[in-house]
Amino acid sequence: MAPIVSIRNLTKSYASGFQALKGVDLDIEQGEILALLGPNGAGKTTMISIICGIVTPSGGTVTVGGHDILSDYRKTRSIIGLVPQELTLDSFETVYNTVAFSRGLHGCKPDPALIERILRDLSLYDKKDTMLRHLSGGMRRRVLIAKALSYEPKVLFLDEPTAGVDVSLRKDMWQLVERLRANGVTIILTTHYIEEAEEIADRIGVINHGQILLVEEKKALMAKLGRKQMTVELAEPIAAIPDALSPYGLALSGEGTRLTYEFDSTGERTGISSLLSALSQCGLRVKDISTEQSSLEDIFVELVGEGK
Amino acid sequence: MNFEAIKSIYAFEMARTRRTLLQSIVSPVITTSLYFIVFGAAIGSRMQEVNGVSYGAFIAPGLIMLTLLNQCIGNGSFGIYFPKFTGTIYEILSSPISMIEIVIGYVGAAATKGLIVGTIILITASLFVDISIKHPFMMVLFFVLTAVSFSLFGFMIGIWAKDFEQLNLFPMLIIPPLVFLGGSFYSIEMLPPFWQTVSHFNPVLYLVSGFRWSFYEIADVNPIVSLVTVLGFLVVCLSITAWIFKTGYKLKN
Repeated sequence: MAPIVSIRNLTKSYASGFQALKGVDLDIEQGEILALLGPNGAGKTTMISIICGIVTPSGGTVTVGGHDILSDYRKTRSIIGLVPQELTLDSFETVYNTVAFSRGLHGCKPDPALIERILRDLSLYDKKDTMLRHLSGGMRRRVLIAKALSYEPKVLFLDEPTAGVDVSLRKDMWQLVERLRANGVTIILTTHYIEEAEEIADRIGVINHGQILLVEEKKALMAKLGRKQMTVELAEPIAAIPDALSPYGLALSGEGTRLTYEFDSTGERTGISSLLSALSQCGLRVKDISTEQSSLEDIFVELVGEGK
Repeated sequence: MNFEAIKSIYAFEMARTRRTLLQSIVSPVITTSLYFIVFGAAIGSRMQEVNGVSYGAFIAPGLIMLTLLNQCIGNGSFGIYFPKFTGTIYEILSSPISMIEIVIGYVGAAATKGLIVGTIILITASLFVDISIKHPFMMVLFFVLTAVSFSLFGFMIGIWAKDFEQLNLFPMLIIPPLVFLGGSFYSIEMLPPFWQTVSHFNPVLYLVSGFRWSFYEIADVNPIVSLVTVLGFLVVCLSITAWIFKTGYKLKN
């Protein structure tokens, strides 16, 4: 199936000369949840803003649902929903009216039943006649989500949806994301929180300094995560790894005193106990053993660091 | 055409008018009534007729224009400035709507409100002085064209304005002198020749004169010239608006 969002060599330079995007290529598959990780100023919001029509690209192309975002903006914007990072709402509107307004802007006929359902799903229905300025931050976030869902978009952008959000809303939000995904909605969310990406995304992209550094299936990333390293410190140095130990694929370092063994901690057999008995059969005395795991955070920090 | 979007923007703007009824409707009516009491009843009773029309009746079209211009510029500019100020403009920019639809929604609502207030002023004026409308069709034409073109002008100011000071620059500082010196309260024939010439550079003169002509058939300039001026202004505003949306000037990065 063709990707629902296809970004080719997208660039953006602001009038100040700042280059926010430096040739981004990205395909987003229909129905997936893609998490974009990156520090502040990485270009996440600029990229989303271009796709949604808020910022004009300097170069490159973006298609959504096979339509160009510039020449065919009516088609693309009809199927895109956006929950912005900032809590921008009209202070003097009521919850219901602002949600109905969004639906109208997207060219949809009024549908009170649908809006009622959305408001109920987001625990907003009893506040439907409340003026927006009387709402708490969390409630305002819910309203922004309701607005974006009011015209049933096929692609939903959540820009830092959990910034400043309490635990219960976060939980509600992930349940909602799951429900939307079950209905075939493609979801792109940006976040600083790695656990968040880990929890709900199908794929994870890392962006920094206006470039996509990596896009990978979460499972593949998790497999990398699942790899663990065991370091064995030997009491006496050895010149070479004994033949009996060759099945374990060990590496020798530290002037012949350190053996490193890689294993899959999620596998049924890690091979640790057999390795240890093999070591003693070879007459090698073990001084110390340590294991370590590379986390998504390490990968992220490493990637982001390289970009500098 | 995305009619639902036009309807939504229009309804949103009109709802704002309803929420601020006192400020939107009552205050201009009171202000205009004060003008009529002071200029029409108190001073007007000691003034000669102007071209066969009582002074109170003479100033009525000018007062309606004064209110109409202020209302249209104020509403047209605020309607688009406020979303820019609060950030809710993101929603307009990311919606499947064209520039024409955005303009119809905002400018249509601003013009409607201006016309409502203008009509109320006309009714109020008729309570104070004798008003006759000799060319109702032309009167409505001037009324509507002025409302639309100045709402559009206001819309442009709203996009251009960086802050509230700039937003208020036109309605507070530029429009009042133009209206007061544009023959709203006198015929420019009353001025010395030099100032008559200067007055011809004031666009508001053409508006007020043409509008007054549709009431009493008295005019400082040929009504056709007035009509062409209003139409010309409308075309200029439309062209600038088209340019704004094409380039994204102050709306998009």
